[in-house]
Order: sequence, then structure tokens, then C-alpha cells
Amino acid sequence: MSFMLSQLSNISRSLGDPKVIETGPSSLKPADRLGRALGWFSLGLGLTEWLAPKAVTRWLGVEGNEGLVRAYGVREIASGVLCLSVNNDYGAYSRVAGDAIDLASLAAAYRDDNPKKANVGIAMAAVAGIAIIDALAGRSIRSLHNRKGEPIRDYSDRSGFPKGISYSRGKASGRVPQDYRATPSAAAASPATGETSPASADLILEVSA
Amino acid sequence: MKALVWHGKEDVRYDTVSDPEIEEPRDAVIKVTSCAICGSDLHLYHNFIPAMMPGDVLGHETMGEIVELGPEAKSRGKLNVGNRVVIPFTIICGECDQCKRGNFSVCQRSNRKADLAEKVFGHRTAGLFGYTHLTGGYPGGQAEFLRVPFADATHIKVPEGIDDEKLLFLSDILPTGWHAAMQADIQPGDTVAIWGCGPVGQMTIRSAIILGAEQVIAIDFLPERLSMAEAAGATVINFEEESVTERLTELTGGEGPHKCIDAVGSENHVCLSQPDTIYDRLKQITLSENDRGHVLREMIYNCRPAGVVSIIGVYTGLVDKFPIGIAMNKGLTFRMAQAHVNRWTDDLLHRIEDGQIDPSFVITHKRPLSEGPEMYRTFRDKQDSCIKVMLQPA
Repeated sequence: MSFMLSQLSNISRSLGDPKVIETGPSSLKPADRLGRALGWFSLGLGLTEWLAPKAVTRWLGVEGNEGLVRAYGVREIASGVLCLSVNNDYGAYSRVAGDAIDLASLAAAYRDDNPKKANVGIAMAAVAGIAIIDALAGRSIRSLHNRKGEPIRDYSDRSGFPKGISYSRGKASGRVPQDYRATPSAAAASPATGETSPASADLILEVSA
Repeated sequence: MKALVWHGKEDVRYDTVSDPEIEEPRDAVIKVTSCAICGSDLHLYHNFIPAMMPGDVLGHETMGEIVELGPEAKSRGKLNVGNRVVIPFTIICGECDQCKRGNFSVCQRSNRKADLAEKVFGHRTAGLFGYTHLTGGYPGGQAEFLRVPFADATHIKVPEGIDDEKLLFLSDILPTGWHAAMQADIQPGDTVAIWGCGPVGQMTIRSAIILGAEQVIAIDFLPERLSMAEAAGATVINFEEESVTERLTELTGGEGPHKCIDAVGSENHVCLSQPDTIYDRLKQITLSENDRGHVLREMIYNCRPAGVVSIIGVYTGLVDKFPIGIAMNKGLTFRMAQAHVNRWTDDLLHRIEDGQIDPSFVITHKRPLSEGPEMYRTFRDKQDSCIKVMLQPA
């Protein structure tokens, strides 16, 4: 897909610009790809719940709960956005929390007097399965990107001053060009003499007039 | 040739691409000997900067040897095949009004997609290597070869006999740190607070010391970065362990730093102890804000009245909750820019030769270009105490 997009973008490139001939190894790892797939799934499910709540409640035999389904749809969309962001571990874990809420709600609908009890059972099994995938995705994404537990290197021997700090300190002191001064030439252009205000008679100005 | 190519969010690949070719008489092609991953490449990696296209070659810190020259590049720039050059991240014509004033990063001619830039920024800015199409969409230098537009003006000629490690960062982070310190107007006796101890922050710390700052305070949360800042004589504040405001107050006798420098930019760290960072991140995720403004707010709040705020960290668009009232009432001076690299490189090369500074201290990972995709991830995740990645084509 990405290769096709890069080929498509070649149309806008000038003749001498490099163009992709063959793609190679990517920085994107399978855990990240799984996180993104869950994000798109979340968006799809969330939009369905938000736009067609009646279809959902009818299938589950819980008519009258459309408002709740819509709210769950908004939650799914939020999780989806988070899964597609660079904080996709939080996205996956927010889905796990959402799965728990879904399971609790479905459990309440898993009653003998519900004519769609079988559908509720299917939904519960699906949510439980997806919850496991969500949890595994969250864990694998976090372990891929986490730095906790790694030994920290000490760079206190890297001063960047080969001849020592004392040699370099102040070597360019007073060398800020006039056009980089914060108060460049106001002192010269509008001198204060103290004639009208004694307070301005003896100013300590950073820029000499 | 081989190159690191952007394919989408967090998707950088080591691809085979066609070789760059001379297009204009002032172009040159260089064989890349060394390049690096910059912190601002991570904004592209995260897809926070608009107008990237799959297939764009990344990289704007590059050096190498000239292998091909357009006729004008040769005559105007006194360049020859075989010359060793560092290539700044900004492409400059050297002739427009802004270039003549030394404002190279807003060159009026080098952005080949100026119409796009004018619509977004109001005016055109310079073309940049390996960056968004708002800045020309020029292919970058994390590759085996790089075409250099306006090569006679853009290049920095460097001598033989000095390692790439010491010269490569003339392309960006050393002059960028220097520029940050210059535009802060550092004077002897000043206390300078620097937010962010990444590669640019590290260069800014050293620049402030060379410019004669009496006290340099470096703010970050990563222990390895803080240890590197301390190595240069900075006093450090770990914002995850202590209050920045309380420590700055203590270190400045309640007066605040004279000069505050933002070497962080749009992607500051998000943590529970700084609730506005969470607010900003949520707004960013929902596309209702581009940049996270915590560092700007903290600088404005802590800067000494009539002090200077220097912004060198990259921002991409709109920022929310910007305390302009505090800034105005405190009489702060703001200066900001993408560094005008070529303005500083003559001076900085001499300082390197004189042993006043050796920028290679910042390199923590030196790898072949083929490991680029992996190193993008390592650098982004701050794994293996990674601060700066240098890459070399095979």
C-alpha cells in the first residue's frame, strides 16, 4: 500500500529527485501494526454503534438502550484515535478497559427472558477473545518501546571541551553581533540625560551609547 | 542508491531509490560520507508536520564529497569535484535580500514550492533538505548521494584532516545551538536557563558557556542527558523529581534567569506532574492543536522581567494557552528562528580547530545507514541511552 502511495507521489517529484524502486526494512514493527489494526477496528465498531445503535440493540435483544450504545460508540472512537496515535499502548489498554465494560453490560443482558440470549453469548465470546488480543497488543507495544529496566549510561566524561571548560569559558564573551542584541541601538537613538527625570540620569545600560 | 525513506507515521524504510541527478546549473551532487538523525526528524517520524509524502527521502544533517557539479556551481562557488563539504539543513541562494542580511533560513528563492509556503506561513521561507513539502520537499541526505541545490552558496567547505565526527554537526545542531545562544543575547554574568538537553540543548549549553554565561541551568528528565549537561558545567534540574520554578527561584536568588532558551519545541515530555502537558497531548491527538506549549509557558513564567526568551526548538503550527499577558507585562523580548547556519559556520569551524569545542561528544550511537530504521525507533524511544545517532553509508 505504502509502496503504491510512494509510486503515486512520484508524479509530483522533479526529474532529478530520487524515486523509490524497492522498499526495504521498516521501523514499524508487528506490534505497532497490530495496534493500528485495532485502532481501525475500534473506529469501525465505534461508528457503527454511534450511527446504527438500533441495529445493535435489536440484535442483542436490548431495545431501549440506544443511548448507552451510542455512548459506547463514542468511547470506541476515542480508543481508536488513541490506538492510531504515537501513544498506541494507551490505546490498546483503553480498549481492554472498554472490553471489561462491554462484558459487564453484555452479562446483564445474558438472561433467560432475552429472546436473543444466544446472540449475547456470541458477542460475549467475541469480546472476551478481542480483550485477550487487546491486552497482548498493549503489552507487546509497551515492551517494544519501553526503556524501563535498561541500564542508564553515564556521560559525565563528555564535556565537549577538549582543552577543558576553563579554556573555552568566555572565549566569545561580548561577541554577540549588534543585530542579535536584545536592546540594540535604542540607547544611542534616544539618550537619557536625566534632564526631565532624575531617575534616568544614571542608568546602567547593557548597550553602550 | 540506498536511502532512508518516509512512508508514513513511524514508518521509515531503508529503500532502494534512483540516484539524484543535476537539474539546475547551480546544483551539485555529493557522495555522502556521514549523516545524522536530528530531533526534528522525529516530528516527521510522528507525522506532526504536514505535507510529507510517502517516498520522501529524509535527512538534513549531511556531509560528503562532491562527485558532480553543475557549470555555475563550479564557477560561482569555486567548487571542484572531490571537495569535502558539509551541507547545512537550509538551502540558500546567497543573493536575495534576506540572504544578504544573513537571514539564511528565510531565503526568498530556494523554496521551490513557495506558493504552498506563502499560503501557510504568509511568506516563503528557505528550502530545507529532507523536510516537508512546505519547505520545498527536497530529498534529504540520509542517503548514499544527495543533490545540493544552489550548491555554490549552500555548501560549507571544510578542510581535510579533521574527522567527520567533529565536522558533521556544522550542518545543523552546533550552529543551531550557537544561534539559540546568540539570539538570547547572552552577556557575561548572565544566568541562562535551557529547557531540553537533547543534541541541540547540549550544543546550546556549550555555546552559552563559550559566550561567557556565569551560570547555565539545564532542564530535562533523562538521567543520561543530564549527566552530559553536567559534564559541561551546567547545573541541572530534573523536572520529574523537582519543581522547575522552585529550583530556578532558589538558583537565581528569586530573580529568575536573565535568559531562557527553548531547545525542546513542539513535543515536550508528557507527565502527570505537569497537568498542562496532558491537556496539550489530548488536544494534539484530537487535532485541535499542533504544538504542546508547556515549555513556552514555563519559560515565560520563570524568566526575569525584561529578560529574553529564545526559541530554537521546532514548532509546527498553533499552540494553545499562550500566556501573552504575562510576557507583555514582564517586558520580555522574544527571538526565534530556524538557525541561519551559514552565518555562524566560519566562526564555529575555527573554534573547533582551536579546540574550544568538539561537537563529537554528543554522538552516542554510530551505525551503518542500513540500521537507520531501527535507530529512528531507538532514538525516539530514548532506548540504550541514545542521545545522537550518526549514520554512515556502506
